[in-house]
Amino acid sequence: MTETDSFFETPAPAGYKGIWSWLITMDHKRIALMYLFVILFWFFGALILGLLIRTELMSVGKTIMGAQTYNAMFTLHGVIMIFLFIIPAIPAIFGNFLLPIQIGADDVFFPKLNLLSWYLYILGSIFAISSLFFGGPPDTGWTFYVPFSVSTNTNVSATLMAAFILGMSSMLTGLNFITTIHRMRVKGMRWLQIPLFTWSLYATAWVQLLATPILSITLLLVVFERMFAIGLFDASKGGDPLLYQHLFWMYSHPAVYIMILPGMGVISEIIPVFSRKSIFGYKAIVASSMAIAIAGSLVWAHHMFTSGMSDVAVFVFSLLTFLVAIPSAVKVFSWISTMYKGSIQMTPPLLFSLGFIYLFSVGGLTGLVLGAAGTNIHVHDTHFVVAHFHFVMFGGTGFAFFAALHFWWPKIFGRMYDFKRAYVAATMITIGFIFHYMPMFILGIMGHPRRYYDYMPRFETGNMLAGIGGYILITGIALMFVNLFLSFKNKRDALADPWGGTTLEWSVPSPPPLHNFVSPPEIKDYPYDFSDVVKKFKPGNIT
Amino acid sequence: MKSSQENHHVMEYKTLIGILCMLLILTAITIGASMIDLGKLNVWIALFIASSKCSLVVLFFMHLKYENRVIKLSFVVTLFCVAILIGFIFWDIAFR
Repeated sequence: MTETDSFFETPAPAGYKGIWSWLITMDHKRIALMYLFVILFWFFGALILGLLIRTELMSVGKTIMGAQTYNAMFTLHGVIMIFLFIIPAIPAIFGNFLLPIQIGADDVFFPKLNLLSWYLYILGSIFAISSLFFGGPPDTGWTFYVPFSVSTNTNVSATLMAAFILGMSSMLTGLNFITTIHRMRVKGMRWLQIPLFTWSLYATAWVQLLATPILSITLLLVVFERMFAIGLFDASKGGDPLLYQHLFWMYSHPAVYIMILPGMGVISEIIPVFSRKSIFGYKAIVASSMAIAIAGSLVWAHHMFTSGMSDVAVFVFSLLTFLVAIPSAVKVFSWISTMYKGSIQMTPPLLFSLGFIYLFSVGGLTGLVLGAAGTNIHVHDTHFVVAHFHFVMFGGTGFAFFAALHFWWPKIFGRMYDFKRAYVAATMITIGFIFHYMPMFILGIMGHPRRYYDYMPRFETGNMLAGIGGYILITGIALMFVNLFLSFKNKRDALADPWGGTTLEWSVPSPPPLHNFVSPPEIKDYPYDFSDVVKKFKPGNIT
Repeated sequence: MKSSQENHHVMEYKTLIGILCMLLILTAITIGASMIDLGKLNVWIALFIASSKCSLVVLFFMHLKYENRVIKLSFVVTLFCVAILIGFIFWDIAFR
């Protein structure tokens, strides 16, 4: 065993083999891969649930399931996708793997806490899945709104506990990242030399740390309500049902930024690499990440415009919501400006990133329709919201996740995948996505409510189209993963720096050794200086 | 360089028991105050006693009194964030 052997061949702690070398590992890279496997498992599960929901909605009346099953399915689709996939996906997998390497560190600051976070994630997911089989699957939707979540006879308590435990895992990861970035940067790396992906994880980690406890306590309060009927949210006992919504969205709106900020960090890494050009507005992107984290924490009540909140609150939160659009737009502007006059090299990660920019922009702009109190009242709780949310979360974070997979796959596994199949898959996913969600905007404006098991015949064409789009989308995703997994069979070795990246992860072997850096890394004055890359990589030599 | 063990402040049992007694007394006062109808003042009294108890726990049981400036500042920042979040709810509650 040598210092340059990959982390796959070097268990940490030493002396363990097989499954134990993974289950008790404290190596951030192995923990990242353990997250990858379980998160993908849940992602596939929730995808199937989503497809079944859309299949049910493809025609009027009962198609493949009853109303109660439908309610349980959309609840679990939401809970799994939000808490088990979108929130942890990029930070727990790519953050864990890359953050220490990007700042020149050996590992995260608290390796044992990192492993504990993974076990908490597993425990939370066991609670989530157990709710399916014991006491009746929950039927509240992922928002667990009172009074229904207090009064329903289904097993909501298990799902609430699942979200509570998963929140703990998320907080510990955030704490670990903040401490690592503050205390473990290689000597000579100043704050404005940190790569943008790590910056995005830093902003996210603060939101994770400050906002998650609010949700945890709130969910516990609902469990207590179910057990002891205290009346905190019961108006007849002097409680306030709207207080639950305030507390829930106080976390769950910032959680949207926990989901999207790391995705934005991924795109900020990919665009300059394949434009062969320094990122436009590095400081503006850093500032906008922090601004999104702060402003995004103050806009939660825009989810409650029709809940009976005061008009003053509607006005204030509507105004604040518009403010978040500014830093988001700064990022989109910076990405586009980076590509302007760049020497663009088309690759699968870049194609996914371009898909991200387009779909996220549509999602963001339709968010303004929802942020404006007047139009919100018209489309609130309709399919318009479902479409907007999926454009931002799937078109945004989902596409960024796919882009990250393709960008760092060669680094993580040391294997290069087939480009042609990746392009076909990316195109199918994008087309399927647009066919799937675009009709929902129109259905929403026409008045089709969300979460309804059945609907009026005039909504059938839109639902049918959305269903067909869903099948194209799923086929594309399946092809994408088959292509990535085939890279293990084809055994095409990846270079240490196959793309021409400038951040530190591209200076270590693919896959990296256990201790990341054999010799102390060299820190550049500016992390996105492509002057050497332009000389070394001629246009079109990435295959 | 001093190790963290050397810097660690050890509280005397006498102090800890004293704080515990004060917490129990304040709890008794909370219960007593809730039995007297003072109108809106009841809420303010309850909040004042709860804040005092909280301060005692944080300062002595959680050692904040003996921590360095960074830890104290982190705590104040957290309080500030909580104040903003609770304050913003009053855009709704105060104007319903």
